[in-house]
Amino acid sequence: MEKYFSKEIETASAEEIKALQDKRLVETVKRVYENVEYYRKKMDEKGVTPDDIKSTDDLYKLPLINKDDLRDAYPYGLLATDLKNCVRIHSTSGTTGKRVVAFYTQKDLDVWDECCARALTAAGADENDVVQVCYGYGLFTGGLGLHGGSQKIGSLTLPMSSGNTDRQIQFMEDFQSTVLCCTPSYASYIGECIEEKGVKDKINLKAGIFGAEAWTEEMRQDIQNKLGLKAYDIYGLTEIIGPGVAFECSAQKGMHINEDHFIAEIINPETEEVLPYGEKGELVFTCISKEAFPLLRYRTRDICVLTKEKCSCGRTLIKMAKPMGRSDDMLIVKGVNVFPSQIEMVLLNKGLTSNYQIIVDRVKSNDTIEVLVEMTPELFSDTVNDISGKEHEITEELKSVLGIYAKVRIVEPKTIVRSEGKAVRVIDKRKLY
Amino acid sequence: MAIKQLSVFVENKEGALVEVTETLAKNQIDLKALSIADTQDYGILRVIVNDIDKAKQALEENGNIVKATDVVGFAVTDETGSMSKVISILSQNGINIEYLYAFISVLRKNAYVVARVKDNDKAEKILIENGIKLITEDDIKSM
Repeated sequence: MEKYFSKEIETASAEEIKALQDKRLVETVKRVYENVEYYRKKMDEKGVTPDDIKSTDDLYKLPLINKDDLRDAYPYGLLATDLKNCVRIHSTSGTTGKRVVAFYTQKDLDVWDECCARALTAAGADENDVVQVCYGYGLFTGGLGLHGGSQKIGSLTLPMSSGNTDRQIQFMEDFQSTVLCCTPSYASYIGECIEEKGVKDKINLKAGIFGAEAWTEEMRQDIQNKLGLKAYDIYGLTEIIGPGVAFECSAQKGMHINEDHFIAEIINPETEEVLPYGEKGELVFTCISKEAFPLLRYRTRDICVLTKEKCSCGRTLIKMAKPMGRSDDMLIVKGVNVFPSQIEMVLLNKGLTSNYQIIVDRVKSNDTIEVLVEMTPELFSDTVNDISGKEHEITEELKSVLGIYAKVRIVEPKTIVRSEGKAVRVIDKRKLY
Repeated sequence: MAIKQLSVFVENKEGALVEVTETLAKNQIDLKALSIADTQDYGILRVIVNDIDKAKQALEENGNIVKATDVVGFAVTDETGSMSKVISILSQNGINIEYLYAFISVLRKNAYVVARVKDNDKAEKILIENGIKLITEDDIKSM
């Protein structure tokens, strides 16, 4: 028997959803136009007024925005309410080092909790469950998002945050956790550690909600086998709200979008033209219920397909497929957004050449990132101490900018391939898409 | 007084070292002494040669990253404990050795040591005061 957290919405007819979206969109556009000078200018430039937006049919008329806009408007430029009404921020890295910061009112947090509660319920969780949240807590949305959803459905919530795998497994045994929330690569790693310890029969997991990075069907099977649970995907991004924008159901085939809060579109990333359901393109979201940070037509850069078909779970919310790639060069490493431009900035600041290469791999379920840089006369010395000292400085700087460890490997000059056209800056060996 | 050493960056990969030694050979550079510092990813080849300017130019033209450094060179007698004696003198005088390597001259039938220290002048002064013979660029050329 399928369980729903918001049955009325999750099983509503297409007409009911559209009516709700029409109403909320019109209200949100009016409010954004009045309160957000940055977006008002964009609308004025395009010659669109709030009166032109009468329903979701008019959505295409609104200007698109992207991460560059968030950077330009940093930090308060896209805030649609007084700062005094906001109760929290979350943040993620931006394209050129400047962070992306999103604001939440209490009502926004309630909406977010509800979205995550729907995801957990779809995975079969309720007040009888013990939910172990091993996403990072803090500015990252993963931890507090699932945490809120878990408390909303009344589950016993273990706010573990990420890392310290021995302790994670100990809690799993001692408190008989039934639901695991973390990145898929961490789930796989926990699975390996459980096998090594030989404690699989003491683990009581039944479901896992894994997101924040790309993963394949093969990984799903692998995680399900290792942990003895059903693995569900979840989608989200800080700019829109965090995890819970879309979630998987018992069908495990695509993620239902919480359409009462977010309108999804697929556009051609080149021409920006809206594409019909079923066609591959860039995913664009419009927030229609948020108070503090309601982005309109935000380009996610995720390449994706939307489908509108009857789902065996009974939900009528449209579905998005797993993202199939990116329309920009953003990498997701260990659940953290990494832009090659951030790495380039660090290297240039340290006086290194702009010729570099980033190699991303997955070793034993752990993402690794290696930055190849060419030796320069300035960096070179006759002592290993000098060179490794400078190497260490670069590594530390990368860690502070990216938030994760990246190994620096110095290679001989002119050995990194220079291509005629676009340089091959990134080699991703993980084959996630 | 100090002698010149040439350091060359060598990546840990097949053929990297050969390329350097071949370049030196092609340019008639005579290697007097060498040592390699190795790390997981790369090595530093350090050489004492008969013509450092020519060697440096040849390697740079070949695209190598090189660096000339002043190092201290001195002779040690071929007796048990002679090396230990020199190191102990340097140590007692607060001279830290970053690295050192030794070589033998067939012509002169003598052993020599190349040492990298922070303060060359101070190290040389101490060595001279203790009766240890330093070697010069001219010595290198005639070895």
